[in-house]
Amino acid sequence: MSDLMKVSSNPHVRSKTGTSNIMLAVVIGLLPAAGFGIYNFGLKALITIVITVVTTVLTEFVFEKICKKKVTIEDYSAVVTGLLLALNLPVSAPWWIGVVGGVFAILVVKMLFGGLGQNFMNPALGARCFLLISFTSIMTNFDCDAYTGATPLADLKSGVDVNILNMVIGKTAGTIGETSMIAIVIGACFLILTGIIDLRIPGSYIVSFVIFISIFGGHGLDAAYISAHLAGGGLMLGAFFMATDYVTRPITKNGQYLFGILLGILTGIFRLFGPSSEGVSYAIIIGNLLVPLIEKITLPKAFGKGGEKA
Amino acid sequence: MNSAKERLVNGIIKENPTFVLMLGMCPTLAVTTSAINGLGMGLTTMVVLALSNVFISLLRNIIPDKVRIPAFIVIIASFVTVVELLLQGFLPFLYDALGIYIPLIVVNCIILGRAEAYAYKNPVLPSLFDGIGMGLGFSVALTCIGAVRELLGAGELFGIHVMPESFVPVSIFIMAPGAFFVLALLTAIQNKVKINGEKKGKDMSKIQSGCNSDCMNCSDSGCTHRLYDEKVTKEDEKNG
Repeated sequence: MSDLMKVSSNPHVRSKTGTSNIMLAVVIGLLPAAGFGIYNFGLKALITIVITVVTTVLTEFVFEKICKKKVTIEDYSAVVTGLLLALNLPVSAPWWIGVVGGVFAILVVKMLFGGLGQNFMNPALGARCFLLISFTSIMTNFDCDAYTGATPLADLKSGVDVNILNMVIGKTAGTIGETSMIAIVIGACFLILTGIIDLRIPGSYIVSFVIFISIFGGHGLDAAYISAHLAGGGLMLGAFFMATDYVTRPITKNGQYLFGILLGILTGIFRLFGPSSEGVSYAIIIGNLLVPLIEKITLPKAFGKGGEKA
Repeated sequence: MNSAKERLVNGIIKENPTFVLMLGMCPTLAVTTSAINGLGMGLTTMVVLALSNVFISLLRNIIPDKVRIPAFIVIIASFVTVVELLLQGFLPFLYDALGIYIPLIVVNCIILGRAEAYAYKNPVLPSLFDGIGMGLGFSVALTCIGAVRELLGAGELFGIHVMPESFVPVSIFIMAPGAFFVLALLTAIQNKVKINGEKKGKDMSKIQSGCNSDCMNCSDSGCTHRLYDEKVTKEDEKNG
């Protein structure tokens, strides 16, 4: 058999789009949020980002070397994980938080389940929840040089007035990458325009969340209250960058709408009725766990099946 | 006393109830927040296991086959009650720490499993050592899990502070998820040792794994075939 006899099934579409291109685009999409985080919180934020990204990439490299597997660090997926995780850390966190989180994200959540494409949960969020449970006081300490005191969401929950303009721009306390709604939306627009992500999950997530808090938030259709909830916390970062993760979202279209609605409701429940003021990370990882079930019930009918039974 | 030694080794290593048979997962995950709790639970279970094995073995020719499970449970529950009252009287701190999991030893499937698979068919002395061996295996496993969780989650070992001052406890390890992490890790290490042994050509075939990574035939290994021996299956078939 010569090499010319290459038989493969259709579709015979060729594209330059590959994992590394997509991941690189996601990195670029995250840069505005990361840049604003560094501007907002100072050099310490840059150091945290660098440490976390280096850790995730190194962990993947070392694991694959030890297990004698193909080294996959050039697909940038570890960079995306590291960057996302760093953007989810408070700037006051000591350096080893990024290291512990990075190792956990890559080693436990991703590689032990078979590497990219096999992980059932977003690695960055898995690691964030691990850190949040393990080091609660460090992970919820948002005091830094620029800001002290509670995050806008915590203020919102306890009934203190919040400055919505500052929240939209991002000049508030919070994790490194979540504060600026504008920077995140700019990055998200880039991903949407290049076709990397679409609006199905973020759209249904945000709409269902808005409906949920209008009904149960106790403020009705109060524009200020709703926009404070949208601009505050990790909702935007989660909706555009983490819920849309290719590996851990449903692949069916209807499933993606259902997934978004589920995330919106869960986030609303956690934010309004939970003990903490934020619930995006938990909502998304619970959603990740339900993806197989969502795909099962939204599986399109095979052509020719169904109809009248003989 | 050859069979006694064989029974002990079998319980502690070859068929370790936790890492190999994957039995008794509920107390394994729930009470191993510290090494001392794990050890306490393991030894408590061992006492019940050894005593119930002896009595079931003694009564094996009297207990009718059809009501043997209720009979086993009555015997096991009696010993659990005795042990519970003794713990409450003499080791109140352990009694408080283990809480609801002491009465739940009654439904620990290691005990019922050994009664069904071993004590009901074997003489008294081997049954006693089978109970002690299995109990020791369970104690060793629970102490290991408890030690790792306590070390990482609280920086202590048997209640003594061993980690350096700068160590920040990873408190997830003394919560529920930590139990799963540590159990999975230790089982993986045990499987790794087994696989490496096979590669070197040692006869490790007698060391059974709880899973063998053979999910399709999972029900064949682990506990089910221990609980339902052939005789019962045939009888069930006859009865339809």
